[in-house]
Amino acid sequence: MWEIIKTATPQIIAAGIRYTIPLTLLSFAGGIFLGVITALIKLVVPSGNPVKKGLIRILQGIAYFYVWLFRSTPLLVQLFIIFFGLPNLGIKLPAFTAAVITFSLNTGAYSSETIRAALLSVPSDQWDAAYSLGMTETSVLWRIIFPQAVRIALPPLSNEFIGLVKDTSLASSITIVEMFTVAQQIEAKNYEPLVMYMLVAALYAVLCSVLSLLQGWLERRTSRYAQEGDEAVD
Amino acid sequence: MKRLIKLEHVNKAYRQHQALDDVSVSFDDGQTTVIVGPSGSGKSTLLRTINLLTQPDSGTLSIDDLAVDFAKPISSAQKIAMRKKTGMVFQNWNLFPNLTVRGNIMEGPTVVLKQSKTEAAAHADELLKSVDLLETADRYPNQLSGGQQQRISICRALAMQPECLLLDEPTSALDPEMETQVLRVLLELAKQKQAMVVVTHNMVFARAVAERIVFVENGRIRYDGSSDGFFNATDERIRHFLAGISLSEGSSMA
Ligand SMILES: Nc1ncnc2c1ncn2[C@@H]1O[C@H](COP(=O)(O)OP(=O)(O)O)[C@@H](O)[C@H]1O
Ligand SMILES: [Mg+2]
Repeated sequence: MWEIIKTATPQIIAAGIRYTIPLTLLSFAGGIFLGVITALIKLVVPSGNPVKKGLIRILQGIAYFYVWLFRSTPLLVQLFIIFFGLPNLGIKLPAFTAAVITFSLNTGAYSSETIRAALLSVPSDQWDAAYSLGMTETSVLWRIIFPQAVRIALPPLSNEFIGLVKDTSLASSITIVEMFTVAQQIEAKNYEPLVMYMLVAALYAVLCSVLSLLQGWLERRTSRYAQEGDEAVD
Repeated sequence: MKRLIKLEHVNKAYRQHQALDDVSVSFDDGQTTVIVGPSGSGKSTLLRTINLLTQPDSGTLSIDDLAVDFAKPISSAQKIAMRKKTGMVFQNWNLFPNLTVRGNIMEGPTVVLKQSKTEAAAHADELLKSVDLLETADRYPNQLSGGQQQRISICRALAMQPECLLLDEPTSALDPEMETQVLRVLLELAKQKQAMVVVTHNMVFARAVAERIVFVENGRIRYDGSSDGFFNATDERIRHFLAGISLSEGSSMA
């Protein structure tokens, strides 16, 4: 058994470095980008001239539909539609690209709600104080509200990140040779399903644990200002 | 004395409730005006209107050389130009928790006035020194007491070099000792002829600092005149208000 583990482990780790990790990082970055945009679109209060108002309403409609769609359908089905289904419409994507797009869209739908809630949880007093200085809406958002929202959103977003690491194993079903695929391939030769799948599970666990440590570090960094002061009087 | 801020026929309703009812009032340059009135009478709404944080339903506001008509839409550029003329100090100070004390004070000057970091930092430290808080410059707000944070928020407003400071119950959330620290700063600013409009329930302070008192009740201005005239008024409402205040708090100021 040790022999199996010894030869399989490096192969699985190589697949992790080659596919699982890049797939996770790219998809998460794309997902956060989509999540921020979607959250902001949902939060905007339609105003201005009728054309602008109408445009905002349409964008909001799209945002709500997108979040609803991706949260109420299985990830595996989304992956199949984008990789196997879209070619029927003439859109043929490489497996890796299809996976990044699907995972980004899925992460974006979930994280948009987290980000929206975090932005809303920053007290409106902070908007008032920044506006009173004469700051523009954009400045207030990026310089005052976002940094505070990040602190609030980080723990739930880290959960989504770790969830994504594990979900990338679904990419094995669209021909991507990531960690789980390699485990399957080796198992097909040595007929040791228990050992092989326990091994790949352990390696996912290690990967997630490492990422959790990173999360802890990030959380401490972003909440430095929120730690109780030693001299607080009241 | 130069007329600095002028509100005319301002109305603001929240549902059926008239928070400001045909309010016309003006504030002069270099003068300290104290606004008093029962809770819910519209004092905050009045200050927030001047700072354009609240948009009334109708009426006009002019500050210095700028003017807006509340019945019409106001562009963000107009709002920003007008907000730069006044500095707002909130009851709960509302410092930015993600920025250091110095960062809080530099935020407006660097982002809005496009001052260089060095210039803004030097000015911030000067302001901090004037309120005895220079040693807190690199700390974060929530490591400080309420009295310290409120003095810092006054610095943040002053850093924008506003024509007029608007202070909404700046000491109501503080216990007496810290209240005194903040009031000292305000007395000093009054002495330097910094124009101020202060909402307060502290009548000892009001007597000491006010060159003029505006009494608001139910969204209307019931008295607008000298401090002596106010405290010796025979008007039933004013007497009733003052009696209530002296009962509810000792009007303490050390
Ligand atoms: N955002 C708001 N929504 C609804 N009602 C409000 C709002 N702000 C103020 N009011 C109402 O307007 C009135 C005046 O409020 P405010 O100006 O805060 O009074 P004060 O500062 O004198 O205590 C109160 O009756 C208050 O309930
Ligand atoms: Mg108030």
